[in-house]
Amino acid sequence: MNRLGSEDERSAMIKMSNITKTYGSGEALVEAIKDISLEIRQNEFISLIGPSGSGKSTLMNIIGCLDTPTSGEYLFEEESVSRMNHNQLAEIRNARIGFVFQSFNLLPYATAFENIEIPLIFKGVNARRRKERVAELLDKVNLGRRARHKPSELSGGEIQRVAVARALANDPSLILADEPTGNLDTKSGDELLKIFETLWRQGSTLVIVTHNPAIAGKTPRIISLRDGSIEN
Amino acid sequence: MKIFMFISQFLRDMKSQKLRTSLAYQGLNKGRVIRFTEEDALSVKQQVPAIKDLSPEYTRYGVELKRDRNTYATLVRGVYPVYAEIRNVIPERGSRFIDAQDLDQKRRVIFLGDKVKKELFKDGEAVGKYILLNRIPFLVVGILIEKKQSSDYGERDENAAFIPATTFSAIFGPKYISNMVIKAWDPGKNKALIKQVLTVMGKKYKFNPDDTDAISYWNMMEQETLFTSIFLGFNLFLGMVGVFTLIVGGIGVSNIMNVVVEERTKEIGIKMALGAKRRYVLLQFVSEALMIAFSGGVIGIVLSLVLVQVIKALNLQGGAADFIAHPVISVQTMTVTAFLLGLIGFLAGLFPARRAASLDPVEALRYE
Repeated sequence: MNRLGSEDERSAMIKMSNITKTYGSGEALVEAIKDISLEIRQNEFISLIGPSGSGKSTLMNIIGCLDTPTSGEYLFEEESVSRMNHNQLAEIRNARIGFVFQSFNLLPYATAFENIEIPLIFKGVNARRRKERVAELLDKVNLGRRARHKPSELSGGEIQRVAVARALANDPSLILADEPTGNLDTKSGDELLKIFETLWRQGSTLVIVTHNPAIAGKTPRIISLRDGSIEN
Repeated sequence: MKIFMFISQFLRDMKSQKLRTSLAYQGLNKGRVIRFTEEDALSVKQQVPAIKDLSPEYTRYGVELKRDRNTYATLVRGVYPVYAEIRNVIPERGSRFIDAQDLDQKRRVIFLGDKVKKELFKDGEAVGKYILLNRIPFLVVGILIEKKQSSDYGERDENAAFIPATTFSAIFGPKYISNMVIKAWDPGKNKALIKQVLTVMGKKYKFNPDDTDAISYWNMMEQETLFTSIFLGFNLFLGMVGVFTLIVGGIGVSNIMNVVVEERTKEIGIKMALGAKRRYVLLQFVSEALMIAFSGGVIGIVLSLVLVQVIKALNLQGGAADFIAHPVISVQTMTVTAFLLGLIGFLAGLFPARRAASLDPVEALRYE
């Protein structure tokens, strides 16, 4: 995919209007995020920052279709996600969103190959196509020779590349990374950021949740949350 | 098991006294001794159509049997050929029971219980040989095959000798028979049949058919019913043990699965984030529970097969071993157990699996 033209020509991949998420009820009611409206266009590279308790995890869960908002409208590629059921959300997460988790969350008993294969299995891709696709992804992240190794036999850098390969498995519209560098040393963190930058230049849309201003400084757009609302 | 019954005047071994009437009847005093003759037995057979077979039986204890230098004193029964049919007296291969001609011609032939044969002949051939009964030569025509008896009257068949009733009369000259041995067409109606016999005899000898002290009878059907109940109870007990074992096993599997779900909460969260639908998670855990149940079932069946072979190899003999030394695997029981095990495995997995499938992905991902 090539980079698209000016921002105006790019359609809104994500459109959130007046999104609110509350937990509990009555006196114990907590508003995690309040009345957030937000647009993310294709091929954006965004940092989502804010101190802990600012609601960035909640917002990320809603963007990532892991959770649904209490009120407000959320359009993901022009489809209304707010009222989707568990299975429909699972399909969206599977095919259109690639997650890179804070501690990468590889399955410890599965090899690199098998970890990358998981989203393809849930999509119903047949075994032969899965094998081809995983091989392709392993090549892409330079791990061809580590396919049969389990996470415990891989270095930190290799683990993060497996996690990225898994996120890319179904060619998602959006890559969502939750504190991806949180558990990494500076060098590995920088490497991961370089991978994300490359993906962005190749046309991917990325949202990175972080509390690290140094990382946020490298993305063209920063969304800053405080007390459940977007600042500025 | 065939059903037979006895109607006897004397049960000498069971009661030391002779049986006497305990009810006055038609002006006659109580305390009279009622006895039957061979003719009575034959007329009973004619008057009670429910009787299929009947044999009068004379008995004499302590009769001396002699072969060369071996002597053995035991019970001799004088019977009709049909006695064998009524009481399942089965001759060894190449030998026979007393037959109709023996009876007609008052032949001096004798059929020996296998233990009596052993006492007289040791391991030697007996059929066709002569023995002395009260110094009268008798031709041995048959030997009893080994017979398991859970009960007996007077003496076990293995330890008795049988001669034709006519020969018995000629030698010992008894006036009365000891027992009538009767087999009914329908063993379920034994009680009614006994009542009819007592009524017929009561009319002739003037005693009250309800006088239980005048005549004693032994209804094998009652024992059969008792046995059936005992074995039913035994099977029920074992069945209960099996069912409880399966239930406890099911609870065990269910607990294991609960722990497994707990331990894998994070994994479930990851899979859900990557697009696992609820039914996938459900299927994963149900199939794991089924695998546990299946492995347990296979181990159990293999163990049973080994145990059966081991017991057979031990080749136990005597006593209780007669009943437990030859176990077999019941395909029916195995099939039912396998089916039950599958069902229990499924149920044991279903509830933990449903809990796993209903986890909230956000919560599950956060779980450490």
